Amino acid sequence: MQKLPKGLLLSLPAVMLASIPAMAEGAIVNPTKLWIETWHEFRGDLFAIGGIFALAAIYMFIRYTARSPGQVGEPVKLSAAAAWAWVLIPSAVFLADDMLLFGKGWTLFNVERVVPQNAVEVKVTGHQWYFEFDYGNGVTDQELVVEVGKPVVLRMASEDVIHSFGLTEYRIKEDLVPGRITYLWFLPDEPKETHVNCMEYCGTGHAQMATPVRALPKDQFDQWVAKHKSASAGELKFASQTLDGTASK
Amino acid sequence: MTTATYDHVPSHSGGGLAAWVFSVDHKRVGILYLIGSMAAFTVAALMALGIRIEQYAPGESGVINYFVGDFSKSMSTPDAYNSMLTFHGAVMILGFVIPGLTGFATNYLVPIMIGAKDVAFPRINSFSVWMYLCGVILALLFFVIPDKLDMMWTGYPPYAVKTAGNTAFYVFIVQIMGFSSILGAINFITTTVYMRAPGMGWNQMNMFVWGSFFANVLQLIFLPFLSTAVTLLFLDKYVGTGFFDAAKGGDPLLYENLFWLYSHPAVYVIFIPAAGLVFEIIATMAKKSIFNYKAAVYGGFMGIAVLSGDVWAHHMYTTGNPNWVRLIMSFTTIMISIPAGLVALSMWGTLYKGAITWSVAMRYAALCFVLVLFGGLTGIPLAEAGLTLHFARTLYVPSHFHFIMGLFATYAIFASVYFWFPAMTGRTADTMLAKIAFWFNAAGTQLTFWPLFYIGAEGMPRRYWDYSVETMGPRALDWEWWMHIATYGAIINGIGLFLMVSGWAYCVFAGERVGRNPWGSKSLEWTHASYPIGPGNFDEPVEVTADWTPYNYTK
Repeated sequence: MQKLPKGLLLSLPAVMLASIPAMAEGAIVNPTKLWIETWHEFRGDLFAIGGIFALAAIYMFIRYTARSPGQVGEPVKLSAAAAWAWVLIPSAVFLADDMLLFGKGWTLFNVERVVPQNAVEVKVTGHQWYFEFDYGNGVTDQELVVEVGKPVVLRMASEDVIHSFGLTEYRIKEDLVPGRITYLWFLPDEPKETHVNCMEYCGTGHAQMATPVRALPKDQFDQWVAKHKSASAGELKFASQTLDGTASK
Repeated sequence: MTTATYDHVPSHSGGGLAAWVFSVDHKRVGILYLIGSMAAFTVAALMALGIRIEQYAPGESGVINYFVGDFSKSMSTPDAYNSMLTFHGAVMILGFVIPGLTGFATNYLVPIMIGAKDVAFPRINSFSVWMYLCGVILALLFFVIPDKLDMMWTGYPPYAVKTAGNTAFYVFIVQIMGFSSILGAINFITTTVYMRAPGMGWNQMNMFVWGSFFANVLQLIFLPFLSTAVTLLFLDKYVGTGFFDAAKGGDPLLYENLFWLYSHPAVYVIFIPAAGLVFEIIATMAKKSIFNYKAAVYGGFMGIAVLSGDVWAHHMYTTGNPNWVRLIMSFTTIMISIPAGLVALSMWGTLYKGAITWSVAMRYAALCFVLVLFGGLTGIPLAEAGLTLHFARTLYVPSHFHFIMGLFATYAIFASVYFWFPAMTGRTADTMLAKIAFWFNAAGTQLTFWPLFYIGAEGMPRRYWDYSVETMGPRALDWEWWMHIATYGAIINGIGLFLMVSGWAYCVFAGERVGRNPWGSKSLEWTHASYPIGPGNFDEPVEVTADWTPYNYTK
């Protein structure tokens, strides 16, 4: 669906800003870690700008408080050249900072949206108010269990209204839109249990539309798969769901 | 001009009910807008308090049903919360901030500031305000109808089509308010273009006149998109068409595109005139001309207006749009920081070498400096699709837009009420009570939203009535502590607002009388308007000289 932009647009910053060694070597960059790094860089930049403007405002609030009633401000007359300079120089500075930030954002976006070749695919369907995961080979479940160290790509759709697959601890989300197949990928890099929350408003059960995301080491993951296969063998697909969204495990 | 003592109140503050209902005087129309928008604000602000009370701790608070008029508790807590949040969003935006700026402030101030006797089409103006007031009354009927609307102010299909909530009710409110706004926009664009006093060039206009002008241009261009979106939504739900129904060949994203094609420019419909009000107040209270006026108007305001229609899909970074669309919108969105930066430079520069008098209006203007600075800067990460794949739909987003749009505009409007109170009533509202209320409001806004910024960045979703360890992990325990602070902040803010409005009510009737130009302004509404101000605004036609500006304090 998005072949052309992925190939053309998204690879550009990777070439231009080959500042991330791992990317150049072809190893997988963890988008979660890169998100956090990028956010910290943005935050530093914004606190610096915010600090300058805040200090300037506080200084002027104090320094330029009228000393006597009836006092008027000293006129600041700008020549035409000075007026232009006060437009062009700040604009150039803002533009330069914007481009710097946009470059960082683009690099991050590139990592977040280009799925690694070896990613394991899981199909996700959104319902009011639960997610359903189809691991292929007839294994379906209402919780997401993944193997540590293997990138996971989710191909997602919705059965009823718009939902959103919010992996807030992995710093990524994408909507589930009726009539479309959307995707996201993430890299579970350590064994841990997190949650996926629905993040597009979908009605009464919206705040409770959550399910665990368990990242298991390889041996435990294999056990889980084996157990699940035998448990669901012979059962009808999706038979484990109930209407209120709770799974009978 | 004489400076006689002020011994009677302006004529438009008296008169019987009929004199108000049938009035076509822009000042009375403006005050009707203020009354309507304050009614909308009061109720929607109570809803905000309800939101913070419900989120104070995980689990059901058990009280929010009362906030939506459900005294028999027939609704579940999530349903009551969702209705409350829908009402808060829709009514704050459509019923308070936009009419507060393009209704109240624009009506009351623009004709006097440009030296006109009234607006171009006074009867249409009267029609606009009554249509708007009907919209407010309709919105308040929310409390008595069954099947309360619960589709959030964004009203995304398919949810808004499938819900049992009353989507038609929402559509009618939007259409009535929208039609009122379009008529108002035509009226004020015409007034500003054709009715300026002889001699008043474009570069001599007040900053607020510019702000209002750009806001009305944006309303006129972009409102039809919203109108189209909600009309198609109505047809989908009640006639069975399939514009947004994927099963019938439609697309839910079509609605989102149409909706944000209006609703993003609407942010600037709010921001630009609010910034204009702040400029009026700081220039007058610091007795300074606007720093680099042309840069603020043509670079700042106009730049924002031009870019406003090119950035809408940054509300849709996670909705399955193609990646290249997200990147282009990241680029156009971050470009907004350049004109916005020019507006900020002129705001900051206007104070430089000024002589600031700390009236209550100036204090609120200083609060607006805080809100615009941090509201603006927190928007820069949101411009980046890469970062917003996480930020989208977390509490970080509402915190950002409350700072830059909601609170900035709200406190610009409230500052304006204090600032023009002497013009409207002949009395001042600058009392000790008003100063106390200010500190409650200033502390309340910051205490409420900084915790929400923080837990939002950590991943707390918006539009959630509940949060718990079961659905979010142990983080929820940490968030509960921050939610406590936000709730205390909202209560402090609520006390401040109550004191503020009480002070106004008292001062309308019993405030201290002041002279015609208590702030020593150079703007026409203070220097040339008839005294006390009445129908026709001016005793004799106004003419301005080539070196006149509303901010010329050196002459």
